[in-house]
Parts: sequence; C-alpha cells; structure tokens
Amino acid sequence: MNARRWVVLLLVAVVALASGLIFGSVPVSFGAVIHGLTSGGGGEAALVRELRLPRVLLAFLVGGALGVSGASLQALVRNPLADPYLVGLSGGAGLGAVLAIALHAGGAWAIPLAAFLGALGAVAIVYRLSVVAGRRLDPHVLLLGGVVVGAFAGSLMSAVITLASASELRSAMLWLLGGFGFASWPAVAVFAAYATIPLGILLANARGLDLLTLGEDNAQYLGADIERLKRRVYLSVAALTGAAVAVSGVIGFVGLVVPHVMRRWGGPLHRALLPAAFLGGGAFLVVADLLARTAFRPVELPVGIVTALIGVPVFAMQLRRTLA
Amino acid sequence: MILSGSSVRARYPGAEHAALDGVSCEVAAGRLLAVVGPNGSGKSTLLRALLGLMDLESGDVTLKGRPIGRWPRAAIATVLGVVSQREDVLFPLRVEDTVMMARYARLGPLAAAGAADRAAVRDALERCDAWPLRDRRTDTLSGGEWQRVRLARALAQEPEALLLDEPTVALDVRHEMEVFELVRELADGGLGGLIVTHHLNLAARYADAMLLLDHGRVVAHGAPEEVLQAGVLSAVFGWPVAVTPWRDGSPQVVPLRPGEATSG
Repeated sequence: MNARRWVVLLLVAVVALASGLIFGSVPVSFGAVIHGLTSGGGGEAALVRELRLPRVLLAFLVGGALGVSGASLQALVRNPLADPYLVGLSGGAGLGAVLAIALHAGGAWAIPLAAFLGALGAVAIVYRLSVVAGRRLDPHVLLLGGVVVGAFAGSLMSAVITLASASELRSAMLWLLGGFGFASWPAVAVFAAYATIPLGILLANARGLDLLTLGEDNAQYLGADIERLKRRVYLSVAALTGAAVAVSGVIGFVGLVVPHVMRRWGGPLHRALLPAAFLGGGAFLVVADLLARTAFRPVELPVGIVTALIGVPVFAMQLRRTLA
Repeated sequence: MILSGSSVRARYPGAEHAALDGVSCEVAAGRLLAVVGPNGSGKSTLLRALLGLMDLESGDVTLKGRPIGRWPRAAIATVLGVVSQREDVLFPLRVEDTVMMARYARLGPLAAAGAADRAAVRDALERCDAWPLRDRRTDTLSGGEWQRVRLARALAQEPEALLLDEPTVALDVRHEMEVFELVRELADGGLGGLIVTHHLNLAARYADAMLLLDHGRVVAHGAPEEVLQAGVLSAVFGWPVAVTPWRDGSPQVVPLRPGEATSG
C-alpha cells in the first residue's frame, strides 16, 4: 500500500474520531472539544472528556480489534466469509452475560466478566473439537465447531431469556445487540492494555498469515511452522473478540466487512492489511456508534443494528464486484 | 548429497497398508530424479516424507547429513524449493508479491525486504520467463503462466534442490516442454532436482535417474533404460506397453491397444 493511501486512511480515522466527539445527543462546538481535550473545565468540556472521549476511543479500539481479528481469521480458515463471531464466541459470551443478568450478579464488571468467561468457555470447546489426529488444528472443523457450539450456547441463552422477567429480558437483549453506552475510562484502559498483546502477536505473524492463504502445504514449503502459527492466530483472535464482546456486546459485520474493503484498498498482504483493518474497523465503528446515538435521538439504537444495516449492503456490493 | 531417504516406511493414520515401504532415494546436486508410478503408488507421499511432513515408522530422511526432523521449517525452506500439485488463489496477489513470499523464510517476521531479496525475486522471474508478468494479479494468469510463476517462487527461495509434484498437470505441450527444459537447465546449473510425473517419456529424456513406485514399494530404480522395461511397466500399470528407443537413445513408452503384438 502506498503512502498516499495510508494518509487517506489516517484522515478518515481522524475525521471519524473528531465527528464522534463533536456530534451526539447535544452537538458541541469544535472549540469546546479542543477545550475538553486540553483542560479540566466543566460543562461541555467535561461532557467531551468524561463521556464522549472514552466512548469514542472504546468504539475505535473495539472496531480495530474486530477488523484485525476478522482479517486474521479469514486467512486462518481460508474463508473470506468468516466473521470472528462465527467461531462460537458470540454464543458463549451471550450466554455468560445473560446468565449474569438473570442471576442479578452485582457490580459494574459482572456482565463483562461473565461474557468474557462465557466466550473463553466456548473457545475452549471449539478448540478441543478442532484439534484432530492428536495435534493438528483443522480450520474447517474450527469453523463448523464454532457454528454448532455457538448455536448450542444460543439455544441455552434463549431458554434463560424466556424464563427471565421482562425487565431483565430487555436489558439482556439490548446488551447482546451491542453498544458503548457504558463506556468509561477504566473500560478503555483495561481494553487497551489487554488488546495490545494479541494485536502484537497477530501483527508479528503477518507474514505467516500471508503464507497460510496459499494453503497449509504451500505455507510449510515456504517455511511456516503452521501448527504453532494456527494456534497463535486462533487464540489471539479468540482473546480479542472475547474482550470486545465483554466491553460492548455482540457487534457483527465489522470483522467481516472491514477486511474485505481494506483488501481492495491496500492489497491482501497482512503487514499492510492488519494495520489498515485496525484503522478502518475503528473508524467504521466510531461512525456506526455516532449514527446509533443520533439517528433516533433521544433513543439510542444498539450499534450492532447499525453495523448490520451498513455492513450488509457494503458486503453485498463487494461480493458482486468480486464475482463480476 | 542434499537430500536422502533411506528405507523409508510411513503410513497414513488408520490405513491398513503402509503408504511407503522401504523406499530409498537421493537428491544430489546437478542430478534430476524422476519419480514415476501409477496413481496412489506413493509418489506424492514420498515427497511429503522427504520434506519431513510424514511421521516415519522406520527408516530416515536426512537433509545435508542432518535428520530432517531436526531442521526448523524456515531453514528447510532455504535449502529445498517445492512446487506442489495445486494451489488455489484465495486472495489474488500481485505476481511479484507472491514470489516475494519465497523470501519470508530468510526475512523472519519483522525485517523489510532488501535489495538482495528484490534481486532474487527478479532473477527467479526472469529465469522462468515471467518478469513481464510481475504486476499482473495471480487470478488473471493462464495455467502455464501460473505454473511458471510458482516455479519462479520456488527458485526465489535460492534453494539447493527443487522438488516438483506433477508441475505440468493441465499444461499444453509447449508449456510442458518449457517446464522440463527449464528444470533440466537448472539441474545442469548445479541444482538438485526431484520431479514427480506421469510423463514416462519426458522423464526418460530429461532425468538422470528414475524411481518407479508401486503400492509404496520401489519396483525399479536407476537409469531410464534400466527402469523402463516393457514387462515391468505392463505389470505395474496394468496395461500392456511397448518400449522403443527414440533418436537420442532414450527409451520411449508406447501403450498398446488390445490385440496389438507386443514384439516391438
């Protein structure tokens, strides 16, 4: 990818972040945004600093993490239609969260933690299913196992929701559809610190991901230690996606659509694709969150609905262009 | 000796019979070995075993005198270049970018490609007559162009030996001949070569030695005129053939129609 395209992508990300700070249920002036970012004033400055900034940053980080996860997973399973939520994570995370809500688990971190544990549980089962013949990780089984484990967890989740009371049901549904209404500085800090490691691992394996797209045999002929590579990539993707679910619910289509758009923009080599998918995914989710906040003011839409409403048409167009 | 297998015995998980049973062969600098045999005779399995990708029941494979299992994969890729039977294009790449992947094993995860890498890529593409294709996307190449690019990628590894698994499948006569000519030329330049092929006649003309496999066992191993015997081939392939010398003296195999005399 050439320098001009990187600059354009960076500008898109910056404009998205700035829009996320300026617009909202109450629009604030550009001056107030600058004031809020640079000083400790109250009023609009405090609104920007304490509410909008953590929200926009969290959306950007989660979107970036989902973009990178999607791009990596698509190379791992050699399937351009793979979404990180397909590997069973969303079902497990949803089940964990809904259980926490139904059991009235207290504390601000109860739901995220339960969702994260649910995601890890699902990942462990899928991983166990996919390791065939003693030690080989089979990407096809990974995908199928993810779908069935996800469906199983989803059924359990529906059962819990059916048995729960109406108010619990509503908050569970809203949580599942995803959103950044509960974004806070601690959430930003925890997510940023946590995501750094799996993101770093994926970036360090970018060349391995290039080789995996040629097929496992060809990857080995060109020097990839594929079993270690596949394990690292899968566990990093699972760790990132699990954390994303924990802080923002299930937000689909970012991990599916963004890698496609970025492959067309900057090519399929992962050393460029992964950073591009991070910037693109971040910008996309910030804009989607902005639309979710403002489209039906004062009611806030779950951001997962917005990403689907934008993502599906974009994906359909990409698909047609690819096939044409 | 670059690569050698000695009394190699290997089995696929759950299979009743061994896929390879006591197979020995050698890939040496400047020599081209052709591995032939019916479908399912173990040709591709032998290639996988030589590359250290099969668990052996007995026997051993050594690369430059050291057991292949002790070599890290990235190090193997700097000695052996492989062109596999098939490769589907998942995400189309520029030709130059896919050939640059040959350098990954030398570059490691983080280093940027340098002048030496770009020179190796260019040299490999030029040797395969594919340099003009460098900016094309891999999904727009014809079958012949794609094979030349993949051969170039194996060459860009700057290997000491090339292992080719039916590299001319689906190629027409000209492209097929170009591949064999190039492989011979590379061997004459000092590269070791092993080619798995169904083309008995081309193998007889281009290879220094042939290895005939059947049911995972070596039926014949030696110079082409020793290996290509009508009686043995008819039995192994289950079809009567005659063997007759071509002008250059190399034995050429002619499959017979039912009822044709086998006296030739």
